Amino acid sequence: MKRKEINVCVLRVGGTNCDAETKRSLQELGVNAEVVHVNKIVKQKNLLNYDALIFPGGFSYGDYVRAGAIWAKWIIAKLGEELKTFVREERPILGICNGFQVLVEAGLLPGFEGISIYPEAALATNFPIGYNCRWIHIKNENNGKCIFTRKISRGKVLRMPIAHSEGRFIFAKDKEEEYLKKLYENDQLVFRYCDANGEYAEGKYPINPNGSFHDIAGICNSSGTVFGLMPHPERAFYWWQQPDWTRRKRMHQYGDGKLIFESLIDYLTKKF
Amino acid sequence: MKYHLRIEVCLKPGHSDPEGETTAHLLKELGYKVEKVNVSKVYTVVLNAESREEAKVKAEEMCKRLLANPTKDHYVITVDEK
Repeated sequence: MKRKEINVCVLRVGGTNCDAETKRSLQELGVNAEVVHVNKIVKQKNLLNYDALIFPGGFSYGDYVRAGAIWAKWIIAKLGEELKTFVREERPILGICNGFQVLVEAGLLPGFEGISIYPEAALATNFPIGYNCRWIHIKNENNGKCIFTRKISRGKVLRMPIAHSEGRFIFAKDKEEEYLKKLYENDQLVFRYCDANGEYAEGKYPINPNGSFHDIAGICNSSGTVFGLMPHPERAFYWWQQPDWTRRKRMHQYGDGKLIFESLIDYLTKKF
Repeated sequence: MKYHLRIEVCLKPGHSDPEGETTAHLLKELGYKVEKVNVSKVYTVVLNAESREEAKVKAEEMCKRLLANPTKDHYVITVDEK
């Protein structure tokens, strides 16, 4: 499949944001990207016309009940079969920030054995409590399963912004060890919070900005085609989106976020 | 028949409660001898059902499908006929 033949759907509902940045990032790389309201997809039943699906960040449905919960349950009720097909056919699904919360609440992540009926993880209130909106560092832990990080070498430290209040990735207390082992065994662990030198946060604030279990910032499903992360790659795409661009003499043309989208497009061009 | 459900969703033991801890901290600052605060969410639902049992079953379903995340939440349901 050539780049210009690729169609990516960036979903939108009340309260989503960064959909425009996500679309622009994809278009910059030469693929077709469309921001579509989810009601339109339900009405036209055309989700399967797209090659990849992105749940952007934001505060869908006001984050009522729990962050991402309403959109997750709604989309499973309305588009559950199409989503199953999407996952089965290994078409990529990306969840950024609120999108990650949606994928976890919908049972697509961690997705040890396909889509689970009930969530197997949660993105709980930050510890320490509060909305964190700043740049952080994450390290790529994946060995190649996750199709969204194949352009990033293992162990590479990336810089991206976060903006959330509910980003503390957790498992049920009695499942922590079992599920962490599964993440490693299946190569589903993707990003962990670290400092600029790549030292893990080990749970310590502010390097781990939300108290996430095992410093987890992003995971993929067991086939590597569904991926969710709390940081925003679309806000770290161009050099001028980075916080220190006025202070630096030379900068790369793009930020680290581009690697995520490049990896996605590389997968699509080779696979389909 | 109309049933009034009260569904309380709270954190399972062992999970940290940043909202509760922050609230406890401020209550202490205000001079109260507070040891601990836990925050929970209460939904009051008016439901049409054939029987009290059916209302309870439906409330359980609501919790499992939307109101609680079994990773961290548990819930307490009370059903009232009014």
